[in-house]
Amino acid sequence: MTDVKRFSNGSRVPGWDEAVDLEKDPATVPDAATTEVPAQLRAHIEELVVRYPDKRSASIPAMAAAQEVHGWMSPTAFEQVAAVLQVTPAFLVSVASFYDMLDTQPYGSRRVYVCTNISCSLRGGRELLGRLQESLADAEDVQVRPFECLGACDIAPMASVDGVYVGPIEDAEVGTLAEQIRAGADPLPDKQLVKRACADPNAASTS
Amino acid sequence: MSRTLIFKDIDEPGLATIDVYRRRGGYGDVLRKALQTPHEALVNDLKASGLRGRGGAGFSMGTKASFLPQGKMDKFLVCNADESEPGTFKDREILQKNPHLLIEGMIIAAYAIGANKAFIYIRGEYTQQADVLEAAVAEARSAGVLGSLDLWVHRGAGAYICGEETALLDSLEGKRGNPRLKPPFPANQGLYQGPTLINNVETLATIPIILTLGAEEYAKIGVQGSTGTKLVSVSGNVQRPGNYEIELGVSSREIIYGLAGGPADGREVKLWFPGGSSSPVLTKDDLDLAYDFDTLAKAGSMLGSGAIIVVDDSNSVVDVCLWLAEFYRHESCGKCTPCREGTNWTVKMLERIQQGVATPMDLDIMASVQEQIIGNCLCVLGDAMAMPVGSMVKKFREEFEDHLERARLANPLAGDQPPVVDPVLIQGAVA
Repeated sequence: MTDVKRFSNGSRVPGWDEAVDLEKDPATVPDAATTEVPAQLRAHIEELVVRYPDKRSASIPAMAAAQEVHGWMSPTAFEQVAAVLQVTPAFLVSVASFYDMLDTQPYGSRRVYVCTNISCSLRGGRELLGRLQESLADAEDVQVRPFECLGACDIAPMASVDGVYVGPIEDAEVGTLAEQIRAGADPLPDKQLVKRACADPNAASTS
Repeated sequence: MSRTLIFKDIDEPGLATIDVYRRRGGYGDVLRKALQTPHEALVNDLKASGLRGRGGAGFSMGTKASFLPQGKMDKFLVCNADESEPGTFKDREILQKNPHLLIEGMIIAAYAIGANKAFIYIRGEYTQQADVLEAAVAEARSAGVLGSLDLWVHRGAGAYICGEETALLDSLEGKRGNPRLKPPFPANQGLYQGPTLINNVETLATIPIILTLGAEEYAKIGVQGSTGTKLVSVSGNVQRPGNYEIELGVSSREIIYGLAGGPADGREVKLWFPGGSSSPVLTKDDLDLAYDFDTLAKAGSMLGSGAIIVVDDSNSVVDVCLWLAEFYRHESCGKCTPCREGTNWTVKMLERIQQGVATPMDLDIMASVQEQIIGNCLCVLGDAMAMPVGSMVKKFREEFEDHLERARLANPLAGDQPPVVDPVLIQGAVA
């Protein structure tokens, strides 16, 4: 049988033995005047806010911008976004925890997503994920994770390296790719999606 | 056969810039004429073209636009570019290579419904495409073609469910992407409670083409009930995966074998998803079906987003089923119990089959779980797992039973005796 993952207190859910602290202040909106926010981030968020009739709409792009700055959605990052948007950090945490691209833990600020959905799995996406994870296990700043269908099944098996789509990644190229990711170089320049023609009737079979 | 309207010159260098787009006739007479046509006449044109939504549901675009109330209130147009249906990558091509076609379609659609604010909700993973799109919108704005339309690109952050229209609206309002109860439909109460028209990228990008050809001309393309051309994303075990533009109504074999090259030599199609991973699977016996909305619906499946995923006979159907269920388990937003629990238990039961601790009865239980998800949730994410899984268990039951038996014999813990199954579970399955 599969092992059930448990927290240190033996429970399958977190927070089992932490009662609500009744003495604690309720969540408040951080003071915009005293919370330090990098000027560029503040300007970026303020520019986003005016696009929407309701400022809350900017919360996802604002957090994405903060994540760029901080590498992940750290408590400080939440505090800063909350201060500019004038919402509670808790509201932002509730939103961030819903979306896969916003990290509420410091997994690594360089993001490698490997698609493991059907079309990619049929062409070795899961093996690619395993090999990339193995090769980059010691690269601390890099996170390699399986991801929902990335919408590039024509280049399966593929990966998104900090937003750059590459594929189809052949077995022999995994080592090179891992080195490029580690060095922060342009990943497999010849295999990037943006350089690919729409439907290439001459594309060779890779299966 | 293949006829290119949307994909005409798609790979022309620089098509994403306004200069090249204009040189090819974009933002020209068609747009000028459309903006002088009365609103109702435009909506009627769209109805007459027979254009059905390209995002998955296949609802008549013109009819949907006509549901929006008249009047002076704030109305919104939202373009759904959260293309996350597994197997679908057609909108990506438009966004990246011909964004102005989409923008022109949105200008016309916004005018037709009387909206002055519009958003393009693009999935967060498409960073390269979003950059191109944002540059295109900025170009259009400074060239003055947007007129009074306030158009913005909004990037999501990675959630399949945000492709569901009401979840998309919640996400666009800055919340967790949970679907809303319908009715009220977005046409009455959508974004910020205002009347909202939501359409897929391909649907909106087709509007300038319809107006260029004329609605009646456009309606002649394709077949009765499924007019026009459709972008089809073919992926999986085919030799030439990619996007193809087809005239609706061609045979599926022509698409899978003719355009995409079919499975590798010596392999044959075992099953295929005609419209994304959410569509009930079809087998090699169904390859001659015409590829249009109604034929596929009659065959018990659907055209969906037009994503054909081909699985050849080297793959185990149990693996495919598990990959599929794992995806929906991860992407279920958790709001409705049948979907949240049903996707989770389906994965667990499939894992039991893989581990050799299941019985054939588990297949019945699994099938009954699927039946209990369908129609019992706010949105169709649960159904989107239940329909293909249910269809796979039904059509490949023998293989499931075989796999189950082999896995059981291979499992040293299982022994000669069938595993003990909780009687409560068995009772539940009898219904």
